[in-house]
Amino acid sequence: MFMILGYPAPLMFGQLLLGLINGAFYALLSLGLAVIFGMLNIVNFAHGALFMLGAFVAWGLLNFLGVNYWFALLLAPLIVGVFGVLLEKTLIARLYKLDHLYGLLLTFGLALIIEGLARNEFGSSGVPYPIPSLLQGATNLGFMFMPIYRGWVVLASAIMCLITWLIIEKTSIGATLRAATENAPLVQAFGINVPRMITLTYAGGVALAAFAGVLAAPIYSVNPNMGANFIITVFAVVVIGGMGSILGSIVTGFGLGVIEGLTKVFYPQGSSVVIFVVMVIVLLVRPAGLFGKAA
Amino acid sequence: MPDAMLEVPMLEVRGLNAWYGESHILHGVDFDVREGEVVTLLGRNGAGKTTTMKSIMGLVPRREGKIAFKGQETVNLRSDMIARAGIALCPEERGIFASLSVTENLMLPPVIAPGGLDVATIHALFPNLKERANSQGTKLSGGEQQMLAIARILRTGAKLLLLDEPTEGLAPVIVQQIGRTIREIKQRGYTVLLVEQNFRFAATVADRHYVMEHGRVVDMIPNSELSANMDKLHDYLGV
Repeated sequence: MFMILGYPAPLMFGQLLLGLINGAFYALLSLGLAVIFGMLNIVNFAHGALFMLGAFVAWGLLNFLGVNYWFALLLAPLIVGVFGVLLEKTLIARLYKLDHLYGLLLTFGLALIIEGLARNEFGSSGVPYPIPSLLQGATNLGFMFMPIYRGWVVLASAIMCLITWLIIEKTSIGATLRAATENAPLVQAFGINVPRMITLTYAGGVALAAFAGVLAAPIYSVNPNMGANFIITVFAVVVIGGMGSILGSIVTGFGLGVIEGLTKVFYPQGSSVVIFVVMVIVLLVRPAGLFGKAA
Repeated sequence: MPDAMLEVPMLEVRGLNAWYGESHILHGVDFDVREGEVVTLLGRNGAGKTTTMKSIMGLVPRREGKIAFKGQETVNLRSDMIARAGIALCPEERGIFASLSVTENLMLPPVIAPGGLDVATIHALFPNLKERANSQGTKLSGGEQQMLAIARILRTGAKLLLLDEPTEGLAPVIVQQIGRTIREIKQRGYTVLLVEQNFRFAATVADRHYVMEHGRVVDMIPNSELSANMDKLHDYLGV
């Protein structure tokens, strides 16, 4: 059998792919968190719950309305985004003048409520969501067999990250967003409705989480804990990439997914802590994160 | 002044009070700016000049009194609505955004009315901004950043420009260039309210000067009578 560094190649590539898939979710989730944190200065602890909500919305759309996966990929982020508008307007908007801690408490409470309601309704074991027929099966890449859906997840996540990055870095809307992140009162004094922009930014951030939720639905069972399982790691990713850094969350998300996957090959016992070890090292060397600007 | 009674001033400020938290900064500020004028607010540090500018723009936490722009009361409006009405601020700290390029900084304020300068005219006025279009905004020199801060509010079509200490900390040659710019925009029909510490510079561009002390306007001196009032002005400004 073909070996790499004394390990069988299929094992290596298999874990690499799993790492990339996890990385795809880390990147999408931490990207949304970064966008929200940059603009609202709030660490959105409800992010994992909204990721889970995205998956459940896709499941509901399929089972009650017969809306297929592809439309759910579009509709679920939209629906969760509208829910985000409600959350921001009615609750989060009241906290901007208060200490960070209040934002943390509120969004953490929201996460518990949303996850609790889901558990009440669906139980802890979750519900299945089928892989869309177009993406079933596997393909032979020559060096390994790759399930097509898993390849699609990596591709879709990368495309969505790229689109988000392009919007923020290369368009005039993105320039306004970056400017408002730096100095919101001045941007508002130029005639821009900053409160509305903040609302839409929150909606956009949680829509990214819901998009990730739909992508995740066919891989993991759609269950109330699926967000909570991810979110702790995602916060580590955000800290490593640098709070609020767009590029940082994308690169770190994918990168750490791969590191985690490879650790499963070389030192399986360490795979669940490796991201946190990286976090400790990065914080020691660069307290603002790999891509963060020192405050 | 009977002639001022006939027309509604472009900006009419009456009994303006402003607070930052518990500290009461403005104690009843009164003054007018007529269309097409360049008017300065002179005064020592802490007299309330910048707070007056920020109050007009809606950037202080609490303000009371009357601030009428073209006859329309703005004291209860949000800052983005005041901007949409046609007032633009060039802030004292310039407010150039580090995460935006020069061009992005220039294009940031939305056009709120027709009649602003187009980018070609702005580049002709400030050639440096064209040369350094892709640089990071804050990589420009202080003088260039000031040019950028003025240039970006000329694009928007706002007709009342609030310039807060545009010459502060700049080399004499740059100060002269800013003076030329202010005279040029006056010729183009803009109205300017200018905060200045340097009244020798103010004298080269302004029609009238208001003197502020302790959060009030205490005197008004037409530019033509400036030399006759030099002693008084030295007293006010402590120079």
